[in-house]
Order: sequence, then C-alpha cells, then structure tokens
Amino acid sequence: MKKLKTHFAFLDEGSKKEIRRATLKAVAIPGYQVPFASREMPIGRGWGTGGLQLTLSLVGKEDVLKVIDQGADESVNAVSIKKLVHSTTNVELTEATEDATLIQSRHRIPEIPLTKDQILVLQVPMPEPLRTYEKKEYITKMLHAEKEYSGIWLMLFEQIMKYGRTSTDADHPVLVNERYVMAPSPIPRFDNPKMHHSEALILLGAGREKKIYAVPPYTDVASLAFDDYVFQKEDFSGEACHLCGATDVFLDELVDDHTGKTIYQCNDTSYCVDRLNKLEQEEVSTVDA
Amino acid sequence: MGYVAVKGGTNAIEASIQRLKYERLKGKEVIEVETILKTMRQLVDQVMSEASLYSPYLAALAIKQAEGSMEEAVFLLRAHRSTLPRLYYSQTVNTEAMFVERRISASFKDIPGGQILGATHDYTHRLLDFDLAAETKADIEKWTNQWMEEIKEIESHGELKHFPKVVDYLREEGLFPTYPLNNENPDDVTKKSLAFPASRSERLQILTRGQTGAVTSLGYASLRGYGQVHPNVGEVRVGDVPIYVASSNENTEAKDDEYYIGDVKLTEVESFVPVTTKNERNEMELNFEIGYGICYGQNETKAIAMSILDQCLENQDNPFSTHDEEFVLYHIDSVESTGFISHLKLPHYVTFQSKLDSVRNVKKGRAEDEKA
Repeated sequence: MKKLKTHFAFLDEGSKKEIRRATLKAVAIPGYQVPFASREMPIGRGWGTGGLQLTLSLVGKEDVLKVIDQGADESVNAVSIKKLVHSTTNVELTEATEDATLIQSRHRIPEIPLTKDQILVLQVPMPEPLRTYEKKEYITKMLHAEKEYSGIWLMLFEQIMKYGRTSTDADHPVLVNERYVMAPSPIPRFDNPKMHHSEALILLGAGREKKIYAVPPYTDVASLAFDDYVFQKEDFSGEACHLCGATDVFLDELVDDHTGKTIYQCNDTSYCVDRLNKLEQEEVSTVDA
Repeated sequence: MGYVAVKGGTNAIEASIQRLKYERLKGKEVIEVETILKTMRQLVDQVMSEASLYSPYLAALAIKQAEGSMEEAVFLLRAHRSTLPRLYYSQTVNTEAMFVERRISASFKDIPGGQILGATHDYTHRLLDFDLAAETKADIEKWTNQWMEEIKEIESHGELKHFPKVVDYLREEGLFPTYPLNNENPDDVTKKSLAFPASRSERLQILTRGQTGAVTSLGYASLRGYGQVHPNVGEVRVGDVPIYVASSNENTEAKDDEYYIGDVKLTEVESFVPVTTKNERNEMELNFEIGYGICYGQNETKAIAMSILDQCLENQDNPFSTHDEEFVLYHIDSVESTGFISHLKLPHYVTFQSKLDSVRNVKKGRAEDEKA
C-alpha cells in the first residue's frame, strides 16, 4: 500500500471543521464573503489555496475529483493540485466532467451543465468586487452590509461614458440572490450565466484573502448591466473549434504554426476530447453499418 | 504552444521537479542539517521568525531543502505548521526574566544593570575576511580554546544578574503612563482571520511574522518622512526566555502545576516615542509611549522596525500609509506577497482572451462611430 505520510486530506481535523463551518455559513448567505482563518498550504499562496482548502475539507474517500486550470485538466497547476490531493487522500481522479463529484477549477465553469450531485469549487484571487474603487476592507464590509452598491454601478457607467460600452473582462460582477454583489472569480463573462440557477453547489475560496463564499443551487445570479447597455458575453460568433467543430463554447485563440493564421480551439479540453471521441465512434459505427 | 499543451502537463512537471533536484545535487556536496544549524544561526533565526514556528532544526532542514531561498524556506515551514494541531497557549512570557545575552539602550548611558554588548555585527568592519575561505577545524579548535582561556581570567560577577527594564526607571518618574497588565489570551490570527479595526494582539502577531525586508522598509519609510513616529531605542535585549503551559487541570492555578516546555530565543525592543496627551485639566502634555517590537531569534533590525510600526498603528489618525493598518498588515507577510506575485506566472489565457475581446469591442465600437 502507498504510504501516507500526512493526515488524510493534509489538514488536521480542527482546521477542516473550521472551513466547513465557514462553508455552511456561506451557503446560508449566498454571495456573502465569510472570513476564515485560511491555513498556509504546500502550494503557492495565490495559486489556488482557497479552492484547495475547500476541496480538502470536502473530499471523502468515495469522491471523484477533477481539477482544471483555465479550462485544461493537464495544465501545470491543475496537475500539481491533483497530485497533492491524491497523495494525501488516494481519491479517484478523472478528467470527465460528468464522472466527477468534486470539481476544482481556476477561472472556468465546464461547458457541460453540472448536476445536483456535483460541487464546483472555484479559485478566487480577489474576492472583493468593490476593491477596484474602495481599497479598505473596513469600508467595503460596511458597503455590503448597507447594500450600498452605487460605486460599482458608477464604475460601469463611467466605462460606458469613456468607451461607449462596458469594458469589463473576466470577473464581471454579479448580483446574487438580489442581495450581495459578488466577484464570480475571473471566469470569462461567457461563464457568468452558468451560475444562474446552477444545479450544482458552487463554492468560491480565496486563500490569501481568507474568504469563502457560495452560490447555492437554484440561486438567482445576475450579471450587473443596464437596460440599455445589456450584459454581453465574449463574442466568438462565426468561429468554431478547429478540432471538434464546437460552436457556442469558450474558445482559445491560437496561431497555426504552419499557416500563421488565427485558429480557434475549445478552451475546455475535456469537453473537446469527449466530442472528438464521440465523433470517432460515430464514424466507426457508420463504417460498420 | 506554451506550457499548457492539451496533454503532457504531468510529464513536464515531473521533469521540472527532477531538474530542480539535480540543481541541488549537481555540486555533489552534502550539507548536513547540523552544519546549517551551527553555522547559519541568523538565517535560521530569520526563517523561524517569518514562519512563526520556533524549531531551529526544522528551519535548518527547510533551508537545506530550499537551497537557501528565504521565501521558500519560510513557505515550507508555514505549510508544515498548517498540519500541526494547536493544543495550548503558553502562559504569559515575562521578558524581564530573560536570560540576557545582549542588552543595550540608546537612550541612557548608565542603565541599571549596565549595557551588555553581547554578540553583534554592529561594531565589525564589513570587510570580506578572505581567511575564512581556508578555515579549518583545527583553526576553530585553536581559536575557541584560546578564547575560553582568556575569558577565564575575567572576574565572574558571581550570581546571575537580573536586568530590570529600562522603562521601569522612567515609569517611576511618571514619564510613562502605567497601564494595568492585559493578560487576556490574544486573538489568534491563525485561527480567525483579521478584521478591522484589528486588536493590538492581532497587529503584533502579524508584524512579528512579517517578512524582515518588508517590515524594515515600512519602518524605514515611516522614520524617513512617510510617517510620524521618531523613536528612541529605549532597550534592545536578546536572550532566552522559558515557555510554560498551564496544567490541563482547570481547578488548579498554582504556578507549580505549570509545565515547562522549553526555551525560545527572542529579540525584544522597547522604543520610546514622544506623544501629546491631555491631563485632567485638559492641558496639553508631552508624554512617552512605548513602541514594541519582538521576534524569534536575533533579528534586531526587524524588531526595531516593528516597534516603529507598532506605534504607527497605535496612532492611525494620520494621512501616511505607514499608519494605515490595512496597508501595513495586509502587505508584509512573506508567504502572501511572494505567493500572489508569483501566481502571475500561472497561465492567464482565459482572462487574457476575455480582456482581448473587451479591448477589440471597444476599438470596433469606436471605428463604427467614426463611420456613422
């Protein structure tokens, strides 16, 4: 048997209990940032330690874990996190989104809709959506308590005045359960709508900033926008994945080594591989028939 | 394409880790943990202080593993610290009872008990000693034996001496306010995250585990002009203090039931900072307050800088950033600052794609406006 040197799931039970308590509170108050002590983890602080602590506090022996970094299962940091969780728990790992019970992700929500049997853990670098215009935590806490969000509306308004449109990129702020303005973590705007009435529980963990927050299943999540300047996702109209042909997915923009032309490819690598496998099967079965 | 090929991340990581190991081993020399422990005293001290874990042996091991990188060694110890259950709080440590190795005051020439220079680089000339390049064990033996002989001739003062705090002398004169002792358990920043306004115990904990360079820089900035604290160093003392934990039997409070769990070496600084206060008749008066600095091991610069920042944060009605507790406390931790800076090396393809989309749309919108 493989020798486990550290405690199951790395953290001592006292720490896990504390994280779970913060998580329960986060679920009870959708979009509210719950402070927690946040342990130092054996991976860089700023490299997904908030997500990792959530994952380690939740993972049980029966869980099947998937870790993605910016859409890719095999990205270096996803591999590193998977390796750490696996070496301290021996849980089963997967790349297939539908097989996972626990999915830790950095900055993407998978293309396949998640189910109520799954938990999505998102890594968060900057949990405070109001930080862009208010530097002090002491003040932003009060602004949230008083639901005083005119600053963030003004920020969007100013963008329209300056650029003729809102110019947010990833991490476009959302209003959760008609109460808290929340940073959805730097997922592309493309993924924001996936949070709305998600069947899966979405937990967000910021390790360095020591905050946990949540979007419970079937919760209203609205991307901040004006009636006359509506929320817009990244635009990939007319483009398709050069491998699997998928449209209406978030695409990576690449340069073809041979032709020097811009090509597009699914950002969600396991989604792409899955489609390719299915296409191949179909081709095989057509030949058989 | 870059370092996130669709497949192959696992192998690439494995190869990188092997390469790192090779870098540590390629010189084919073994450095014993014991050697680091016995020759890199101040490095070990600094790592323990920034990691806020007092274990010279583990700090030395971390230094070996980290190939001498401060941020890595501190990180290793902090991560190890996370796995340890926190079972006790010690009894309040009385630094007056410190087994003093060094103790100086920059405020008074003749302090009760006298100035003890102890071991310090302060009075050395910083000239590279090329003789060290050829130092042998025999040289070390010879020098230490000779030194031992020499100090034998110095008259011993007999009994161990007790060194009163310099500030006590000024308290007697009424120049320092006397506060009742606050022996409440501190708010533990490792168990409860920092909220603002922070308590003094929280501030002191964050400062004492701060990155030496960061604490020094901010203390320096305050002193130089971006702050309002200009201290006199009342006392710097370095030495060992015993640590006790209370008996688990709640019914006894007798001192005899406390358990001695070992000594820690500390640097403690009390800076004297003039402040304006009002007396009973509402008249302005000048008084002194203490800026307090303390850290594991011998690290006097850090402890003095901490004492400046402590007073800065005691007086936050001040426009300077060094008096702003969120600015100071959020940015001096080694693991946090190095972690977030280094995360910029992670792939940001999705976020950048999103930003590209945003910039292109703005440009496109502008172009269409011009046409119209």
